[in-house]
Amino acid sequence: MERGLRQTWAFMFRGYHLTRRYLSWVVVFNFYALTGSAAVALIGVAANDHQLTLTLIVGALLWNFLSVLYNEIAMSIAYERWEGTLEYTFMAPVSRLVHLVGVSLFALCNSVVNTTVVLGGLMLFTPLSLSGANLPGILVVILASTLAFVGLGVMAAALPVLSPERGAEGTHIFQGSLLLVSGVYYPVDVLPAWIQPLSALSPATYTLSACRKLVGIGNPATTAERLAAAPLSAVRGEIVVLVAMGLLLIPLGLWVFGRVERWAKRTGRLKRTG
Amino acid sequence: MTLPAIQVRDLRKQFHRRRKRRGANAPEAWALAGVSFEVARGDTYGLLGPNGSGKSTLIRILSTLLVADGGDVRLLGHRLPEEQARVRWLIGRVSVDAAFYKKLSTRENLLYTALLYGLDPESAERKAMRVLEQLGMEQRTFSAPLEEMSRGMQQKISIARALMINPPLLLLDEPTTGLDPKSRRDVQAFLEDLRRREGTTILLTTHDMAEAERLCGCIGFLARGRLIAEGTAEGLRRQASAATLDDAFIGLTGETAASGEAAAGTPTSR
Repeated sequence: MERGLRQTWAFMFRGYHLTRRYLSWVVVFNFYALTGSAAVALIGVAANDHQLTLTLIVGALLWNFLSVLYNEIAMSIAYERWEGTLEYTFMAPVSRLVHLVGVSLFALCNSVVNTTVVLGGLMLFTPLSLSGANLPGILVVILASTLAFVGLGVMAAALPVLSPERGAEGTHIFQGSLLLVSGVYYPVDVLPAWIQPLSALSPATYTLSACRKLVGIGNPATTAERLAAAPLSAVRGEIVVLVAMGLLLIPLGLWVFGRVERWAKRTGRLKRTG
Repeated sequence: MTLPAIQVRDLRKQFHRRRKRRGANAPEAWALAGVSFEVARGDTYGLLGPNGSGKSTLIRILSTLLVADGGDVRLLGHRLPEEQARVRWLIGRVSVDAAFYKKLSTRENLLYTALLYGLDPESAERKAMRVLEQLGMEQRTFSAPLEEMSRGMQQKISIARALMINPPLLLLDEPTTGLDPKSRRDVQAFLEDLRRREGTTILLTTHDMAEAERLCGCIGFLARGRLIAEGTAEGLRRQASAATLDDAFIGLTGETAASGEAAAGTPTSR
């Protein structure tokens, strides 16, 4: 047990010290996330539409959180390839479950910091008030969606094992596709009919739908001063889907990763140069 | 009877090159074409061969990073790849590239490895620092980022990392390639002392004949994925009727140890 905890901590320790060494880049990425989110939210302010502004703010915050979480996990193998340390991680006596749990925990910390920075920035640029929002309910939804996104991230992390260059590209293509089909800044029914079925497969669709209700978006009683949030029971359906997706995607992600790792060891793809 | 530390029987590995057009992958030459050898516990075995002869492929298979196409590998009695989880606790590896997080300091890199192996970080760090001091490194360098260090220093840290876990079996893939003469001598003296003191079994691949002769009780000549000859340095010289180990290598394999890619091999048993 103690050994497992130390091994999990190893990945958080590594992530923390790498973040410290690349601090200027971390500041740049957070700044860019903040300005990008503020620019989107100000579209709603310019339209003088409080509901639109709230939709854009919720979309920006959730997408920051989920995309940073996904990206950190999905790119963890690609980073190791670039550093040249992948073989040493893979020959260490650490189970892949512990490895990916450690990576995911660090990714979660990173996402929380990033989203907090963006939230702080949005409060400066928009008349954002969270008074009346169902914040505990939002936390439950985010925790449920975290499971599903960890599963997706673990699956995507296998791509750079398959191919160093193409794999890293593939993780970003997948991330972009999620952004498009999940209706981050718009309802999914504005998408072309042929693409709409895909939105049902994205956990972000359910996260956004639930969080909008818990903030009070779409509720005519919501005003700029006071949000009319729905109770947690109103999003029970979305939470069930998200938990089910998490329970399916995490074991599936680990299985896919295991299969890809075995394939890489047969074909010699773990080699530093790929 | 004590089992050998390393038992390799008829080991085969072939890689496939991807074709640009649709269709099956094209097989390349055999990287290992039926290699067999044994290393007794506490011995140092040297594998000599030119680039592309299969040395690194062999080390990768023993390090659980590659799965062989055929043959049988046992490390300290544990079979690969079936018992790879057990084997990973028993091996330390130093590769020709000192693979580290270059932005992190020596101390941070070593602590990360200690945690990865579930070790108590403080005692693991003390051991690693002791090794580094024995290798002639100064304490003040421990907090500097690895990217600011010379290749020789990085390679010494790589050795400290491998030894931090107290492995009974050490796999060294060209650990002194590219080092200056002083660093090379430090590393060689340390390995001699380690074997004497701890009884660590060492498998060493190298291009350097003098190094193999100094460190290894038994030497194998690997060329085109096949083990052409093995024995003591003196035995190999006698076998080839050669004055030096270099000449013996050329005489027995038809290649020079530092030459480029080897020609295609064919799968044969030794």
